[in-house]
Amino acid sequence: MKKLNFLKPNRENLSTYLYTGTFLLLMSSFIVFLNAFFKVNLTSFLPGYVDFFLPLVLGIIGLHLIRIEFSGIKKLDLLNKNINTSTFNAILTLLIIFTIIKSIPPLLSWFILDANIAGDTKDVCTGSGACWTYIKIWLRRFIYGMYPNDEQWRINIAFVIVIALGCVGYFATERFKKFLTLYYVVIYPIIAYLLIYYLISGGSFDLIWVETGAWGGLSLTFIVSFFCLIFCFPLGMMLALGRRSDLPTLRYISIGFIEFWRGVPLITVLFMSSVMFPMFLPQDFFMDKLVRVIIAISLFEAAYVAEVIRGGLQALPRGQYDAAKSLGMGYWKMHIFVILPQALKLVIPGIANTFLALVKDTPLIFVVGLLELVGMLNLAKTNPKWLGFAMEGYVFAAIIFWIICYAMSRYSYNLELKYKTER
Amino acid sequence: MSDSIIKIQSVNKWFGDFQVLKDIDLEVKQKQKIVVCGPSGSGKSTLIRCINRLEEHQKGTIVVDGTELSENTKNIEKIRAEVGMVFQQFNLFPHLSILDNCTLAPIWVKKMPKKEAEHLAMKQLEQVQIVDQALKFPGQLSGGQQQRCAIARALCMEPKIMLFDEPTSALDPEMIKEVLDAMVNLAKAGMTMIVVTHEMGFAKEVADEVIFMDEGMIIEKAETKEFFANPKSDRTKLFLSQIL
Repeated sequence: MKKLNFLKPNRENLSTYLYTGTFLLLMSSFIVFLNAFFKVNLTSFLPGYVDFFLPLVLGIIGLHLIRIEFSGIKKLDLLNKNINTSTFNAILTLLIIFTIIKSIPPLLSWFILDANIAGDTKDVCTGSGACWTYIKIWLRRFIYGMYPNDEQWRINIAFVIVIALGCVGYFATERFKKFLTLYYVVIYPIIAYLLIYYLISGGSFDLIWVETGAWGGLSLTFIVSFFCLIFCFPLGMMLALGRRSDLPTLRYISIGFIEFWRGVPLITVLFMSSVMFPMFLPQDFFMDKLVRVIIAISLFEAAYVAEVIRGGLQALPRGQYDAAKSLGMGYWKMHIFVILPQALKLVIPGIANTFLALVKDTPLIFVVGLLELVGMLNLAKTNPKWLGFAMEGYVFAAIIFWIICYAMSRYSYNLELKYKTER
Repeated sequence: MSDSIIKIQSVNKWFGDFQVLKDIDLEVKQKQKIVVCGPSGSGKSTLIRCINRLEEHQKGTIVVDGTELSENTKNIEKIRAEVGMVFQQFNLFPHLSILDNCTLAPIWVKKMPKKEAEHLAMKQLEQVQIVDQALKFPGQLSGGQQQRCAIARALCMEPKIMLFDEPTSALDPEMIKEVLDAMVNLAKAGMTMIVVTHEMGFAKEVADEVIFMDEGMIIEKAETKEFFANPKSDRTKLFLSQIL
């Protein structure tokens, strides 16, 4: 191995190695870059295999040369420690860098450079990229569904009011803080329901009646998610407490309920809510399709929330129960002031998980004929005038869902930080 | 001495097949201080947990302040409010500040106005000398401070009886003294106390009576001086020889 010693740097020739290694690394990236962006192959004069593997070989040598232990240069040490510990690691690093460089041009061209957004018809979409015209033309449908264009301000106003009322918690003074739970669990859903009933549904106050079948798009996604989140949480909490109750009847009812709803697929639940459920109702009793769907999803998700919360309840030491009891607190006081605040704090990540899943499950309501964002996409995709743009639609939906879910996930992180306490 | 406040008569308790308490008889008079000692697993913790019904006994009667504890006891919360308890593991509520730990039960169980409860809590925290920590959270305090806070929290309910379940067993030797000092002060103020502990120095200083338990039975029960000067049973002698 003596021969290879010259390949290992020492203090004296450190900078030589550093510059040579960096140069080789940059060269390899540059070759891939030129190839990806400008279709220029600098090394085409070389035989096939060598040509193909040259960037990788150059990169490996480069990374090998700059793999200097304790070089004293902070950034280099960090680099070596994290992505350049061994030759295998160096290969992985290079492959990832190459993949990123290679994938930028096609993505860029599809999303922006070769994409079209001007015009009103399919004919403008001549480029090889995305046809954003399609999204632009259909945007109203994607957001409001079949809701009449002239009435869409009603949805906007209702949403603004609901969001504004939801922010009340931030501005509540110390005196009203204790009523917040009551507000969010009882009053807020009722106000939101009334708003949606009178404003979006209409039928009174000189507003045109718009049946729920016409609702759709992103606004329906929000409506369904919103009510399901609000209903399934308290229900799940009750079920979790019920499952740990000392009363056998209550406990077995809770277990039965949870296991039933966890055992059936959501899609069958939705299907049954629309097809079978009305059969059990009296003839003249009418319950709106949307209401049935919201109830079905809420019950379904409540079972999951219940199990997540039960995990938190079980994580609390028994001493907390003992201490609360020894101070003379009854069941409800003990749970409201001592047990639940701690248990819920523990399960914030789990709850966030369940809620994200819920939001992403909403497209399934297509089985009962309600078309939210993805449902509308599927509808638009089959329109004879706009055939062949499924890709754009799904990318658009993916981006929208990602934004919603990422916002929720950030919010849950914030909650975790806010309620973090040392044990 | 005035009337007895706790009366325990031939109490038996089983965990499954295992009998933890065997025919326990005990009477505690008002302002009396009783120390319960014995090897681990002898049922001493279970005994005092039965007194505020954190554990249920299966046979015999326990009468606390004129109310018998049984499955039919309606106002078990009311009894528990009169009986303060301090645990080995402190069991403070980690999500509440020290002050809130102390005011929670007075406000919601005794319906005390918030101002009054805070005033009382500060007074009790001052008694145990952690008034300057009132706004911190339990996780930020040392073990000794946490245990003193737990004592203050129990005292905020203004209980008639205080139960201590090995209050110093989870503490560093240095912190034991500060907790014991707080307990001695409490004893001097005339509280009725039942203390499960291995701190024989504390027993000698404040106890009126010492009870020695083993295998679920009360082996020996005597006045403090008598207990340490000439224990009667061999088991007690063996225990004392090992612990002193």
